[in-house]
Amino acid sequence: MNHLDGNAAAGALSELFAVDLTAAIAQCNSCGQTNVFAESHVYVNAPGTVARCSGCDAVLLRVVSTPNDTYLDLRGLTYLRVPST
Amino acid sequence: MWQVATVADVRRETATASTIVLEVPDWPGHLAGQHLDVRLTAPDGYRASRSYSIASAWSADTIELTVEKVPDGEVSPYLVDVLKAGDPLEIRGPVGGWFVWKPGQEGPVQLIGGGSGVVPLRSMLQAASGTSTPMRLLYSVRRPESVIYVHDLKELAASDDVDVHLVYTREAPAGEPRVGRIDAELLEQYVYKPTDGATTYVCGPTAFVEAVADLLVAAGHDPARIRTERFG
Ligand SMILES: Cc1cc2nc3c(=O)[nH]c(=O)nc-3n(C[C@H](O)[C@H](O)[C@H](O)COP(=O)(O)OP(=O)(O)OC[C@H]3O[C@@H](n4cnc5c(N)ncnc54)[C@H](O)[C@@H]3O)c2cc1C
Ligand SMILES: [Zn+2]
Repeated sequence: MNHLDGNAAAGALSELFAVDLTAAIAQCNSCGQTNVFAESHVYVNAPGTVARCSGCDAVLLRVVSTPNDTYLDLRGLTYLRVPST
Repeated sequence: MWQVATVADVRRETATASTIVLEVPDWPGHLAGQHLDVRLTAPDGYRASRSYSIASAWSADTIELTVEKVPDGEVSPYLVDVLKAGDPLEIRGPVGGWFVWKPGQEGPVQLIGGGSGVVPLRSMLQAASGTSTPMRLLYSVRRPESVIYVHDLKELAASDDVDVHLVYTREAPAGEPRVGRIDAELLEQYVYKPTDGATTYVCGPTAFVEAVADLLVAAGHDPARIRTERFG
């Protein structure tokens, strides 16, 4: 399936973060590329949502919701820089 | 946080697309370009959610979505063909803070849409109407019958505020000789120059968005001024 982009993860992430993350700058822990999160490659057909680095394809972030809990895996990110509003 | 909206109206746009007007209690307002998630629940509890751009500028009481039916799709055929006024619809949003146009934002605006990718661009056109922001819309469609918002676009094209240009990929109306995808030459002709300081918004199917963004960058446009949204 085609990838989407960070915009497609905005809804799932809005359940977990008080700020919008699509406009945040993300650094990939694997290749060091920094890019706005909206430009990452997002797959929503896996169980949950997976965002991958547009430069090296490494997994940046994973969100999986079960009926009782939501799992958030941020291992692929060095940091997220959130613009102040 | 999911909430229940009520369908106020469903309007046919084309043979395969409908605009859904929603009443949302305590709507916080939204920025042009933001979207919602819509969730459907089957009688057995099975759930499917999809994202839909907000088609209208914020005007207090209702918001509009426009959905193009994907053949064999799980969610879109229900929204386009079955949903009717009075029905409840579960939504989450507004979300997304990157693919947005804000009033007062600097510079002209170039909008480039493919198919239903025109939906968030229409919200931007509405939000900017009456402001002094120059806008151009380049809209790629298969054939004349697939143009969404055809009346709005005709009105806009007749006004001085917005330049509208349609590109037909399969079949063009009489008098329009060009049939084919957006290419470098067409971009050169209809979009702002790299030196014009425009912000460009590209939205549509993933392959369309990537092809257009690559052409723009190859033509010298600053990638930092190109914002994209992929519909799948
Ligand atoms: C941020 C965002 C905003 C969106 N806004 C809109 C909008 O305003 N209007 C709108 O109509 N759609 C929009 N979409 C697409 C929408 O979310 C769904 O993907 C689309 O309605 C198809 O869902 P479905 O359940 O009917 O099809 P599915 O059951 O998901 O898919 C059926 C088949 O169609 C393919 N497919 C999926 N999506 C598309 C597509 N968009 N075009 C062509 N083939 C596809 C799939 O690969 C699959 O093979 C948006 C997507 C995103 C990520
Ligand atoms: Zn990377």
